[in-house]
Amino acid sequence: MTTLTVGRASVPTKYLPVLVTGCLFLAMFVAGGIRYEGFASGQVILNVFIDNAFLLVVAVGMTFVILTGGIDLSVGSVVALSTMISASLMAGPGWPPYLVIPLVLVIGSGLGLVMGYIVHAFDIQPFIVTLAGMFLARGLCYTIGTESIPIEDPTFTAFAQARLDLFADMWISPSVIVAVVVVLAAVYVLHYTRLGRAVYATGGSEQSALLMGLPVARTKITVYTISGFCSALGGVLLSFYMLSGYGLHAVGMELDAIAAVVIGGTLLTGGSGFLLGTVLGVLVLGLIQTIISFEGTLSSWWTKIFIGMLLFAFILLQRLFSARSRR
Amino acid sequence: MIAPAPVLTMSGIGKQFPGVKALDGVDLRLLPGEVHALMGENGAGKSTLIKVLTGVHPADAGTIELAGAPVAFASPLEAQHAGISTVYQEVNLCTNLSVAENIFIGREPRRRGRIDWKRMRARAGELLARLELSLDVSAPLSTYSLAIQQMVAIARAIDIEARVLILDEPTSSLDGDEVEQLFRVMRRLKEEGIAILFVSHFLDQVYEISDRMTILRNGRLVGEHLTERLPQVELVAKMIGQELEELERMHGEAGVFDRPLVEARELGRAGAIEPFTLTIHEGEVVGLAGLLGSGRTEIARLLFGADHAGTGEIAVGGAPVALRTPRAAMNHKIAFCSENRKADGLIPDLTVRENIILALQATRGWTRPVPREQQDELVGRYIKALKISPPNPEHLVRDLSGGNQQKVVLARWLILEPRLLILDEPTRGIDVGAKAEIQRLVAELSGGGMAVLFISAELEEVLRLSHKVEVLRDRRLVAELPNDGELTTDVLMETIASGGRAS
Repeated sequence: MTTLTVGRASVPTKYLPVLVTGCLFLAMFVAGGIRYEGFASGQVILNVFIDNAFLLVVAVGMTFVILTGGIDLSVGSVVALSTMISASLMAGPGWPPYLVIPLVLVIGSGLGLVMGYIVHAFDIQPFIVTLAGMFLARGLCYTIGTESIPIEDPTFTAFAQARLDLFADMWISPSVIVAVVVVLAAVYVLHYTRLGRAVYATGGSEQSALLMGLPVARTKITVYTISGFCSALGGVLLSFYMLSGYGLHAVGMELDAIAAVVIGGTLLTGGSGFLLGTVLGVLVLGLIQTIISFEGTLSSWWTKIFIGMLLFAFILLQRLFSARSRR
Repeated sequence: MIAPAPVLTMSGIGKQFPGVKALDGVDLRLLPGEVHALMGENGAGKSTLIKVLTGVHPADAGTIELAGAPVAFASPLEAQHAGISTVYQEVNLCTNLSVAENIFIGREPRRRGRIDWKRMRARAGELLARLELSLDVSAPLSTYSLAIQQMVAIARAIDIEARVLILDEPTSSLDGDEVEQLFRVMRRLKEEGIAILFVSHFLDQVYEISDRMTILRNGRLVGEHLTERLPQVELVAKMIGQELEELERMHGEAGVFDRPLVEARELGRAGAIEPFTLTIHEGEVVGLAGLLGSGRTEIARLLFGADHAGTGEIAVGGAPVALRTPRAAMNHKIAFCSENRKADGLIPDLTVRENIILALQATRGWTRPVPREQQDELVGRYIKALKISPPNPEHLVRDLSGGNQQKVVLARWLILEPRLLILDEPTRGIDVGAKAEIQRLVAELSGGGMAVLFISAELEEVLRLSHKVEVLRDRRLVAELPNDGELTTDVLMETIASGGRAS
């Protein structure tokens, strides 16, 4: 792909949003490093990954959906449902994790498949369909139990607490590996398979994609299935992180995921954006939390205020870009 | 020259839509290596015939044979696989993807399951070279002009071993050079033995490029002719089924008007149009001539309050007014038929009646609905006056042909009984017959005392209708010419070219 436009050394506009997010992340990191002692270390960044691995996985699924011009509001509830199913199955009947985890992934994908099918077959706005899915999944959590269920399965907890040591005293959790694998697989799918290109085409112009003979219906159903799968996997990672299943886990996570995707420069109208942007978006969100915890005196609600302001800024930025490219 | 065997033969095609017989016993044959023009007014059945051919609609009667074997396509995709590709007027590509992708998406070259980007770009380059185009195939399609996008659509179409290429009004949004480029490509494809079906409203273009033509009228076949043996006048007569004498006779003339209606003094807007002074009298038709982008539409938008004027003032009927919004302009009985009827004017999912009544309702406010009886009476009157077809007020506007949609927009504004009617390219993309009717209507309206500001890219049309012509160049009003006997299209073109320095 060309990285230079003819004549002068500039980045094509399609990479610009990602670049802006990247610069923002760097600026935040440098500012944090100057202001706080012990901030400018590799482990701070790795911690952002460790604390947000589940969000990253969920945001990957969300990126697929948003690239087609859709939205998936059900992801937070599906995450909660996944933690609840895992915890209850391991605590009650004592199922082993290697049975529970695949089952959870199948349930999550199934939910996504059904929502995708409804979006396509009845031509209903994804917003409404996934809103219904959100209530459904959240409600299902409480049919399993209203209290938090601790996870005590030894294999599960061992995996959850494992530390993979890197060089120079740095470490990551296995969840980070899972998230990175998911990101790499998603990048491959988006850029090197027909499915991925159909995702971009559908988001660019559904009508044209249809007339060009692309399997638009299958693509749309598939992205919701992928999002469902990613939510379920995010749920599994969250249960590693929390070691419990609870109906109130991941409340509002769908909005964090959407925020990460948008801050990463993906257009909500679809057809334009990169997964790298989403990764950077998640990192920016995570770094905001880290800075607030370093500051110490600020309440954690400031995180939301910063995310809110960032979102405004980025949506305005997108508006500017799309206005200019239309000319 | 002995004609080779046709690659495609359609015979006795019939198609019935609820209430309309769209096609009745139509034959069409396409010969390899020929450009075949499909001619007819709007609503003559050209689009329907193409849709039947490409499998959008099934035919009710008749047969289609491709290379001697009977075929019936269930979808455009099936037709494509059989070698019949269509490029539509609105380019149906994804502008967010790269040029190469737009050509190959859905059948990208792959190696071991993954898309082979390198090979795809190379092949796209080769394919475009065949069309004498050299583009950066990895750049997003949106960076190229509409004309180039159209070429890319053609490249996509011919990559599928096309035997028949259908170009449905490909030139309507291209400028002169771009049309030339398209024609070069068409000639090239013709040499390769592809049969091209070409639909266009521009007669000159049809005569330049086509070898043979089939003419339709009201869903029936009028005949198939070799282009070189059919003079233009006869073609037009065949298309509309009557002589155009009346229209030929029509010519605007300079007149004396003494009751100024709208006076603009030094009205201007930075970046859009330099300050201009213009007086439009009652009953006067003022033509705006100039190239695309010379500021024609900008003047119209200022007079209608769609844009804010930066400088100058405007007076209606002698009293200074502020036209800050279209609504304010409407209150002063100024109406504006915009250039882009699909995007700015019509609501395709509403009926003809609802679309016509819309502006009237807007001026009354929603608390005072127009009584149904009055609606029916008004709509009926205008459907009749403008000969909107089909004459059914409850028809959805989306199902109407382009010319009839334009008439609906016109009716919507006429119902308000405006004193100044601004028409921006009212005849673009519509056929000769509807064009003549709209022109006649403009003449009638001005005869009745309405002032008309008439914008058109066709200088003949401007001359035919206007009492005086304002010439624009580079966003500046450069000349005002009374339409006397000496004003010809040549003079107009000269003025546009010289920027009014000569006069």
